[in-house]
Amino acid sequence: MSADASMTSGVRISGASVVRLARGVRLHEDPVRGQTVLLAPERAMALDDIAVAIVEALDGQRSLDRIADDFAQKFDAPAAEIAGDVRAFVEELANRRLLEIVA
Amino acid sequence: MSSAVAATKRAAAAVARVPPPMAMLAELTHRCPLACPYCSNPIALTPGEEELSTEEWIDVFRQAAALGVLHLHLSGGEPAARRDLVELTRAAVALGLYTNLITSGVGLTEARINDLTAAGLDHVQLSIQGVSAESADRIGGYKGGYQRKMAVANWVVGAGIPLTVNAVCHRQNMGEIDAMIALAIRLGARRVEIATVQFHGWAERNKAALLPTREQVEAATRTVAAAREKYQGTLVIDYVPADYYSQYPKACMGGWGRVGLNVTPSGRVLPCHAAETIPRLTFKTVRDGALSEIWYASDAFNAYRGEAWMPELCRSCERKHVDFGGCRCQAMALAGDASTTDPVCIRSPLRERLTRDTDQLTAMSSATLRYRGR
Repeated sequence: MSADASMTSGVRISGASVVRLARGVRLHEDPVRGQTVLLAPERAMALDDIAVAIVEALDGQRSLDRIADDFAQKFDAPAAEIAGDVRAFVEELANRRLLEIVA
Repeated sequence: MSSAVAATKRAAAAVARVPPPMAMLAELTHRCPLACPYCSNPIALTPGEEELSTEEWIDVFRQAAALGVLHLHLSGGEPAARRDLVELTRAAVALGLYTNLITSGVGLTEARINDLTAAGLDHVQLSIQGVSAESADRIGGYKGGYQRKMAVANWVVGAGIPLTVNAVCHRQNMGEIDAMIALAIRLGARRVEIATVQFHGWAERNKAALLPTREQVEAATRTVAAAREKYQGTLVIDYVPADYYSQYPKACMGGWGRVGLNVTPSGRVLPCHAAETIPRLTFKTVRDGALSEIWYASDAFNAYRGEAWMPELCRSCERKHVDFGGCRCQAMALAGDASTTDPVCIRSPLRERLTRDTDQLTAMSSATLRYRGR
């Protein structure tokens, strides 16, 4: 997972945002390379386990803060740190037009 | 060690480093109602009766998925000219391939878009030739094309399929880039691809009419940079600049035989759509053998892999892993030799001549278009 910090943010993503993958964007198990990739128009991003977990959590129901809290409990890790990571990654996906912002 | 043994060892070492392909461009047909003077299809078009059958295409898709292809581009010609387009799409989706339709829009109806949607089509890439019916239909050589494209964009977006607008730019429309981006947004596209004409095949014949000027290219680069900032998060803008004005060549195809492959309507498997302009290469078809064999072991795919083929200028260059020596077809077109440094490179001995020829061509005030297939 890598968030490009140099990107200026074109989309407002906050802890309260609720998002899901846009139509035409989906996870794919790639048996040939032994990895999970996010497929989108003209893009294939190889994701690590953390990124896959985040993408799978973008259910269009829970807010990013709620998702981060759930991760914090599950992995017994600091919520604030996780929330920052989740938001940075989601912002990157949003800027690439890969998400539907539900709320 | 005999030279044959050495050559075999070199080839084996090269094969060991060859990654599986990410993308396949399936040119389902060369038939097309449009006649764009920069068409990327070869000068010698494949007639309809030589096209692969539905079953043959599906078998190629199956092999591609097993080989590691993730993105399948259904292209042409105009892929909608194939009556089995929906069936092919359904089969590709079932194989797990990310399925992208590259279309002019002509030949698509609302009912057909709905059938493609139900088949699971992932993405549509719709070409536009201009921002008004008059200019677009003149370049496409097809009256009514522009109106149909506008309707198709609405149907695609209405069906929920992500839309990319693909605008090829050249001297005659380079000033319209801002308007093209605005049109893409109006049509509900998530992505726009502004690609400068590549001068092979048909475009090579129209170079005097289509080659942009240096001023146009500089203005276009500024326009794109500003638009990217303005529309971030709304529209992704991919831009392929005119490389005749660049300092270094493009990393064509991400390197020969490294990322993608192209299958022609009759099943010839090419490292890129223009590869047949290189006369010393012979290409196998999917009827000759397995796709994996062709990808990993055929002479044509291995011809420009790695650096054994490179002239000293490229082999000793620190950019060899950045641009892989540039475009082989461009070296062929401009230098008459596919295994020389791409003449766009400032280190090429042919760069000065290219600059001179480019300036001369762009100084010509007008030139008539020669349409594809007419």
